[in-house]
Amino acid sequence: MKVLVPIKRVIDYNVKVRVKADNSDVDLTNTKMAINPFCEIAVEEAVRLKEAGTVTEIIVVSVGDKTCQEQLRTALALGADRAIQIETDESLDALNIAKLLQKVVEEEQPQLVILGKQSIDSDNNQTGQMLAALTGMSQGTFASEVVVDGDKVNVTREVDGGLQTLALTLPAVVTTDLRLNEPRYASLPNIMKAKRKPLDVKPAADFGINLTARTSLLKVTPPAERQAGIMVGSIDELIEKLKTEAKVIS
Amino acid sequence: MSILVYAEHDNTELKADTLKTVTAALKIGSDVHLLVAGANCQSVVEQAAKVTGVTKVLVADNAAYEHQLAENVSALVLELAADYDTIMATALTTGKNFVPRVAALLDVAQISDIIDVESADTFVRPIYAGNAIATVKSLDVKKVLTVRATAFDAADTDGSAEVVTLSNVTDAGISSHVKDELTVSARPDLGAASIVISGGRGMQNGENFKLLDGIADKLGAAIGASRAAVDAGFVPNDMQVGQTGKIVAPDLYIAVGISGAIQHLAGMKDSKVIVAINKDPEAPIFQVADYGLEADLFDALPELEAKL
Ligand SMILES: Cc1cc2nc3c(=O)[nH]c(=O)nc-3n(C[C@H](O)[C@H](O)[C@H](O)COP(=O)(O)OP(=O)(O)OC[C@H]3O[C@@H](n4cnc5c(N)ncnc54)[C@H](O)[C@@H]3O)c2cc1C
Ligand SMILES: Nc1ncnc2c1ncn2[C@@H]1O[C@H](COP(=O)(O)O)[C@@H](O)[C@H]1O
Repeated sequence: MKVLVPIKRVIDYNVKVRVKADNSDVDLTNTKMAINPFCEIAVEEAVRLKEAGTVTEIIVVSVGDKTCQEQLRTALALGADRAIQIETDESLDALNIAKLLQKVVEEEQPQLVILGKQSIDSDNNQTGQMLAALTGMSQGTFASEVVVDGDKVNVTREVDGGLQTLALTLPAVVTTDLRLNEPRYASLPNIMKAKRKPLDVKPAADFGINLTARTSLLKVTPPAERQAGIMVGSIDELIEKLKTEAKVIS
Repeated sequence: MSILVYAEHDNTELKADTLKTVTAALKIGSDVHLLVAGANCQSVVEQAAKVTGVTKVLVADNAAYEHQLAENVSALVLELAADYDTIMATALTTGKNFVPRVAALLDVAQISDIIDVESADTFVRPIYAGNAIATVKSLDVKKVLTVRATAFDAADTDGSAEVVTLSNVTDAGISSHVKDELTVSARPDLGAASIVISGGRGMQNGENFKLLDGIADKLGAAIGASRAAVDAGFVPNDMQVGQTGKIVAPDLYIAVGISGAIQHLAGMKDSKVIVAINKDPEAPIFQVADYGLEADLFDALPELEAKL
């Protein structure tokens, strides 16, 4: 079966973002960028399903400007077969991303779509669920285990109280959580090979979808800084401070 | 201006975080309704009807909602949506799972994880693991929101709302529940505890987490963990605090053997008082701690337990 993996280019998770002086947005100039870590886990899961013989083709897709081709090439080096860039210079709401992905699903007819649970920049946690709703596919979010079994897929989900397992009828949308797998690194020969794999570029405007913004970003400010604290020299001093100064224990 | 709030529960108890989401709703408007979708959830309905400020409790008590499957719950909410300007749920795993579906089916954007309400269409939310705070205006006619409970106080519980039973049932039939493996613990919920003590990679193994138990017992604390501790299998996934785990803001947060990565800070830096115990004086956790103790946790924890 075919698997579609939508991936997003985001700030590298190690980088602490700065807010622009005019409070219009965050400043990403000269910032190190990478595949969203949850998308990397999604690519890895697709590759493992292919290695296990369950999957025959892995298509990665990203909505973004030309720079996201870099992340698509990385995904190809990790084992995806071909890539689609849906080109736009706008930063789109999750709903509009989901609508574009819906078109790709209609065209490619994958049995499984694996997305990250959350982008680490916008922290939305929306796109996979929206795509499932729009396509009518079944939904398994925050997956820590994915087992394809005939025309079903069993998804174990990380939920507030522990784990929950669902049986989903294929085609299904799955979003990844941190414990699903540990992504591999791309080898040099695979990075070279990825350069020759197909990467189609399709302008977002050609999809016939109204992509008008649904939200407007009024301002972005830095978070309140915590006041610097003190170092204590002993457990006795710590307990004393918590009792008499902070008054959080008695 | 009617607002529908989804009640979080386990068919027995209304989650305390729902009371905080109701407070967020009351900042938007005054006609707040709670939806209880579940199976054999009468006790939840009783608790929901007492939440101050709620005028109506809608009840969908049916086997189709027992596990609150996203497909079924979103279909239910969609049927009710015409009567509401705003639909909201707490940003916990149930809400995060189904709310984006409601937004997509209504063809409106969702605004996730709000921490403040500026007006009926403008909300404040953290982005980039809380390293920036965005003020976002919704341009849609209907607003679909999830709420970060730690940012709001709990509503009181001396109300008496009207209870309305719903008869519409949707079972999409494309997903089914297989099993739950829930963590059993006698300790308070991470989200509800006023004291949280968390262990990180420095704990070295799951067995050593017992060193936190005695302290948690004495303080009535919940126990949390960093991602590294969960990934290494020391403790279950539901104990992870952070950007992509649980968000907590207790009166006291004690971080033990945790370095203080931005993703961990994102889940606990709104705690009132932070204590860090770490043997590395350069650990970034000390930059957010009110009280830092540079010590080996294997010495510090037994001493702390003994002296509390
Ligand atoms: C997409 C993504 C999402 C993530 N989400 C989260 C999240 O939600 N929550 C989260 O926590 N992390 C998250 N992380 C991981 C995060 O980046 C860090 O890797 C993680 O928080 C580190 O955990 P730690 O502090 O326990 O381990 P380490 O960084 O290894 O720190 C261990 C600390 O223990 C100290 N130590 C060791 N031995 C002792 C001793 N004997 N006594 C005292 N101190 C000792 C060390 O000095 C060190 O500071 C995420 C990462 C990614 C990429
Ligand atoms: N611009 C994009 N292009 C492709 N996939 C995306 C894009 N934005 C989000 N996604 C997918 O949706 C997941 C969740 O993102 P979000 O809903 O923004 O938190 C990501 O991990 C990706 O798999």
